[in-house]
Amino acid sequence: MGKLGKITRRVFLVGAVAVTGGVAVGAYAVTRDPKNPLKPDEGASLNSYVIIDQDGVTVIVPRAEMGQGVQTSLAALVAEELEVPMDMVRVEHGPPAKAYANNKFLLPRGYDAEPPMKMVNTVMEAMPRMLGMQITGGSMSTVDAWDKNRIAGAAAREMLISAAAERLGVGRDQLRAENGAIVATDGTRLPYAELAEAAATMTPPDNPPLKDPADWKLIGKPLPKLDQPAKATGTAPFGIDTRADGMKFATVKMAPRIEGEMVSYDASEAEGMAGVEKIIDLGDGVAVVASNTWLAIQAAEAIRFEWGPAPYGATTDEIFADLEAAFDTEPNITPHDHGEVTESDDDLVAEYRAPFLSHAPMEPMNATALYTGDRLEIWAGVQGPIITQQQAAEAVGLKQDQVTLHTTIMGGSFGRRGFNEYAIYAARVAKEMEGTPVNVTWSREEDMRHDHYRPGAIARMRGRLDGDRIDTFKADLSAASVMRATMKAFMGIDRQTADAMITEGVAEQPYGFPNVLIRGYVPERTPRVGFWRSVGNSQNAFFMESFIDELAHKAGADPLAFRLAHIEGTDAETAEVLRTVRDMANWTGETPEGKGRGVAVTYSFGTPVAEIIEVSDQDGAVKIDKVWIAADLGKIVDPGNVEAQLISGAIYGLSAAMLEEITFEDGKVVEGNFWDHDALRMNNTPDFEVTALALGGAVGGVGEPGTPPAAAALANAIYDLNGTRLRRMPFRHDIDFVT
Amino acid sequence: MSYKITVNGTSYDVDLPGEVPLLWVLRDELGLTGTKFGCGVAACGACTVQVDGIAQRSCQLPLDAVEGAVTTIEGVGTPDNMAAIQKAWVDHNVAQCGYCQSGQIMQAAALLAENPDPTDQDIDDAMYGNLCRCGTYPRIRAAIHSAADAMKEA
Ligand code: FES
Ligand code: FES
Repeated sequence: MGKLGKITRRVFLVGAVAVTGGVAVGAYAVTRDPKNPLKPDEGASLNSYVIIDQDGVTVIVPRAEMGQGVQTSLAALVAEELEVPMDMVRVEHGPPAKAYANNKFLLPRGYDAEPPMKMVNTVMEAMPRMLGMQITGGSMSTVDAWDKNRIAGAAAREMLISAAAERLGVGRDQLRAENGAIVATDGTRLPYAELAEAAATMTPPDNPPLKDPADWKLIGKPLPKLDQPAKATGTAPFGIDTRADGMKFATVKMAPRIEGEMVSYDASEAEGMAGVEKIIDLGDGVAVVASNTWLAIQAAEAIRFEWGPAPYGATTDEIFADLEAAFDTEPNITPHDHGEVTESDDDLVAEYRAPFLSHAPMEPMNATALYTGDRLEIWAGVQGPIITQQQAAEAVGLKQDQVTLHTTIMGGSFGRRGFNEYAIYAARVAKEMEGTPVNVTWSREEDMRHDHYRPGAIARMRGRLDGDRIDTFKADLSAASVMRATMKAFMGIDRQTADAMITEGVAEQPYGFPNVLIRGYVPERTPRVGFWRSVGNSQNAFFMESFIDELAHKAGADPLAFRLAHIEGTDAETAEVLRTVRDMANWTGETPEGKGRGVAVTYSFGTPVAEIIEVSDQDGAVKIDKVWIAADLGKIVDPGNVEAQLISGAIYGLSAAMLEEITFEDGKVVEGNFWDHDALRMNNTPDFEVTALALGGAVGGVGEPGTPPAAAALANAIYDLNGTRLRRMPFRHDIDFVT
Repeated sequence: MSYKITVNGTSYDVDLPGEVPLLWVLRDELGLTGTKFGCGVAACGACTVQVDGIAQRSCQLPLDAVEGAVTTIEGVGTPDNMAAIQKAWVDHNVAQCGYCQSGQIMQAAALLAENPDPTDQDIDDAMYGNLCRCGTYPRIRAAIHSAADAMKEA
């Protein structure tokens, strides 16, 4: 239990009212009146981000840590203005609360902030409302916190200075904040802990001055990540590690035809198995409660079920036939239609495909819950804590304020934990086990076969060249709607609305085509889909950047120069990123025999990222030797974390491009574990070289944008190597890789 | 029936069926949650522990087959008293989500015990069974080299 748990001690909360009141109004309209959720029994509460006590400073980072480094980066923004070194800072996630709503989520920040791109992006603005306002996702945590957290830190600092001014009877101009203390010109030093109580009574300033970037001590420097010692010693408390006295361990076995029916089950054998305590009918599956997770999983395997049919195509072929048929329906979205686009005289026509994918985070889905009649307590790693609290309350027949949710750190998510049904199942299991805490953990197979998958997709691309320029660009994209899946999961509404995620990764790329038509199509039925790291960009960037490559070759142009020529006039940052990666890799457009190089560039989450991949032929198998990545973040909080995230994103994208695929037979997902849904390993991970630019624009996201260009850069490199044009993922169907 | 096992120098009597894998004895019975469940089928390495210094997948090791002293991540070092290998992990900011890292460290520690100066190829050979979905491999590699250097100096 951290600071919030023992808040009955003498603890003073100092300042984010500035964020919620003064300066923030207008800029942060949705935060106009959120209540500070930190309620100490003693002392005053002024700020929903900063707690000061005798032990130091606790910063609330109300975004979920799933490996993207958010807890350190967001705490550093507060610490910078508060003038505390990072080793004095502790971080807590804090309770679910409207005060921690995301104000900037999936909103354009760069060249696409203006019409016509803006129109498309505004479709996405409803997302935070659906997910209950407080969400971690869309690579938007730093974007959202950039101003807010600095203002929160600055407000607290100013209040501490005011308290010191009163205490010492000197003017505020005689005082400065330094290293966790207010220091007077005569050298008197008052540590924050001594001033916190008085500071908490000060009126928060409306417009606390923010530091000159030249004076930053933390922002822009590589930061020691606060979570490292715990994660290197096995002491970091993941959701799955939740333990309590008298705890039982459970697992679930849900309908293998996802969202299909459970007709009946026979648990007679399971009931008699070692350690089994209870078998619970969940309607669309069962939970087995036992004394040990493994015993619960064994018993669940011994239950005989009869399952109803799948509410989607029963095989991969049928599902892709639905995607093909969608092209004959009205478009779901047409983000671009301008210039003159005719249906004929294309120079190049190509169709590409991407499979369904599982997220497969290392920590399988799990949650722990304790139901005591009038209260429900849940421990779960979720990206949307408020909506989870609401839905769990509903599931057990309590009011939202009777539910306490502890958002744990997550062993990866990549978008998976944006959906929360594992937490709701745990709540329902706990209700049947009143008074007993139950840790409900899924087997890996259950996890992989009950995901919210990256949608499978088909792209039909057409282009016409005018000399060495693209004159006409057409893209028809068919994929299941993640927006629809989201509304269904969180609002209980199942219907089609315009979904910019179908076309993202193609629609907002800064190529400046004179004539362009981009349309998105959605099949009527689909296996369950969800957000997968970079969402629509994950497949569409592969389609887009492969097709651009094909057009470059058709035009007889160098693929990098060809891209640059189109982009330069549209977006200076993306062009700079391309030039940067070109220079890093000494790109000449020529590669020796036995080597191949490919390039791809994608603008996503406000961040342009360009990647060059070099491959070599090893006795007929392809080896990835090196990846160069350049990105522009606008501003950088922690360059070390940015580097890690860009590499992580690329590895995630390459793993999928080369190896991963979810297929369906008899309505059930075939792949069940890392044997058949593998990823890059130590031995086939290439070398990386990363340059993160901070060209000064608004801060961009970093958790996702490393992923989109990876697949196309690899496909383009393989084309350069041996002339094989890969138009479907995973590439292992068409290429042997060195393992 | 009850089984006697020794974990991190402490001996325990465990009253569970003999086929329960060590992983689930550690996690659910002894409360040693540093060892992680990733796949249950020897495909990810998250559950790696050492038995008499040899790296083993605890999800594949039934309780009744545990012979020898078990070391888990908790036995390697604590946040206030980290082993050299753990310090190297911290210095390189290796962990992202961190879920795989107990297993990575247990595997790497076994490698270093046997081979104090591993080449990149040695690291590939020892570590390829340890999956990291966050893709921290470049930093794991760097941390292993740093730990090797630190351990040589010590
Ligand atoms: S859990 Fe044992 S190898 Fe994956
Ligand atoms: S750090 Fe997340 S799985 Fe390795």
